[in-house]
Amino acid sequence: MSFQIPIGPQHPALKEPIGVRVTVDGEIIREADLRLGYNHRGVEKLAEQKTWTQNIYLMERICGICSHSHATCYVQGVEKLMEIEPPKRGLYIRILVSELERVHSHLLWLGVAGHEAGFDSFFMYVWRDREIVMDILETISGNRVHYAINAIGGVRRDLDELQIKHILDSLEVLRQRSTYYQKLGTTEPSFVARLAGVGYLSREDAIELCAVGPTLRASGVPMDVRKDDPYAVYDEVPFEVCTADSCDVLGRTVVRIKELLQSYNIIEFLLKNLPTGPISVRAPRRAKPNEVISRYEAPRGENIHYIKSNGSDKPERLKVRAPTLANYAATIKMLKNGFIADVPLIFAAIDPCICCAERSVAIVDARTAQERIVTMSSLRELSLKTAKHQTRKREAEWPL
Amino acid sequence: MLQKLTQWSRLKSPWILHLNTGACNACDIEVVAALTPRFDVERFGILLEGTPRHADVIICTGPATRQMKDRLIRVYEQTPDPKFVMAVGACAMSGCVYRGAYNIIGGIDQLIPVDVYVPGCPIRPDALIEGVVKLLDKIKKGTK
Repeated sequence: MSFQIPIGPQHPALKEPIGVRVTVDGEIIREADLRLGYNHRGVEKLAEQKTWTQNIYLMERICGICSHSHATCYVQGVEKLMEIEPPKRGLYIRILVSELERVHSHLLWLGVAGHEAGFDSFFMYVWRDREIVMDILETISGNRVHYAINAIGGVRRDLDELQIKHILDSLEVLRQRSTYYQKLGTTEPSFVARLAGVGYLSREDAIELCAVGPTLRASGVPMDVRKDDPYAVYDEVPFEVCTADSCDVLGRTVVRIKELLQSYNIIEFLLKNLPTGPISVRAPRRAKPNEVISRYEAPRGENIHYIKSNGSDKPERLKVRAPTLANYAATIKMLKNGFIADVPLIFAAIDPCICCAERSVAIVDARTAQERIVTMSSLRELSLKTAKHQTRKREAEWPL
Repeated sequence: MLQKLTQWSRLKSPWILHLNTGACNACDIEVVAALTPRFDVERFGILLEGTPRHADVIICTGPATRQMKDRLIRVYEQTPDPKFVMAVGACAMSGCVYRGAYNIIGGIDQLIPVDVYVPGCPIRPDALIEGVVKLLDKIKKGTK
């Protein structure tokens, strides 16, 4: 007998729905399969009908959380095609916004991780502090989410002394709070025990399956486009690539908290060393026939745009490889041999950012081939129930 | 008497269902932001629900992709009467920047009746709260 609950796959915290089909043997997952395409809008095709400048705004709207990542990745590519060099101050502001975006995205993720682990007050606290970053972004760009700060050849808005002071003041608050959360997270045994050992991805698997971003770095591979292939002004900025060796969800949390603290340092450095001068140069309307690949380290990992121009004012082809796509193969590996109750946590841990629309999980019983579809929210309840009766992993340590 | 009670409870506790019909996530994180301490819509009795069967108000974001078309209609049908729909964000209203793409319908109102439109790309959480208040006014006046 099989029963189905059709979508109603809404989930209060994580807004990116996705379909997973897992085959289970009792409580243990044997096989997992992803269902994609619910959010396919045809952005790449649409980009071919718009001009270079119009496309910045389209690229921004690929994803709301890493909107600046896509816009910057695209703009960098177009600048290479048009053979123009944005001024230093423009680049500094661009990188400033991208680091602020990393902060807001990681805080968002931290909250979601707390929610999935059943630590809802943590979620609320983190999201309260996330509003500070949103305020900073609003003072810089005028909008909370789609900043629209990029232009081909630089940025659109300049910073003044008052704004810089405001950012530095708020940064101090953020740094204090983040350190507090770091302490809170490390000393809260039930939180650590819930995350340790879940979603194991070994170093070899992570490399073989081409994982990117914090997922890869949590498996002990120090790979970061900002360090390996520095774009914009990252070669001038001192920062460290954060890694963890625990290869599980706990490691991914640690990597993100460390990156938060690194980002605060980068922002401070950028503001204190902001060069004077113009913020943008004039860009031509057309680009010579050529092709280019642009790489960018988004909060979720490496983002790649391939752009081909044919001499007109529109791109001939635009291909986007979002970091989440690169992490899907690794996610399936992580889900295998795990518990059904850990699915939300593992999924949240890659910070999925492709906006698909179905968040239901179809469970196929390996022994009876029974199939049932459950919603992510009921899965979360199951996860909380299972975790409650688990013996605490006393030996679990916070590998900071 | 009973009717009065139902009306009162309907106004004091509108439970919402958040449905992403192909949005870019921006409106979605702003809807969540509206639930968190800075804006905190729960003080108005607004509660985010996981299933359409418990919800009074469907908050739709996104331009409605072809894949989501049937599912959107199905979710609408599953919601018990009286139900209200809010189209949140410019995409849900008209398709926004995606207008002209081959895989979108372009606006929620092409598929299901919409009661309140909240403009913005993306919406601000305050705008969402304003939209809910307008919807409650509408219910109070009995125009719906």
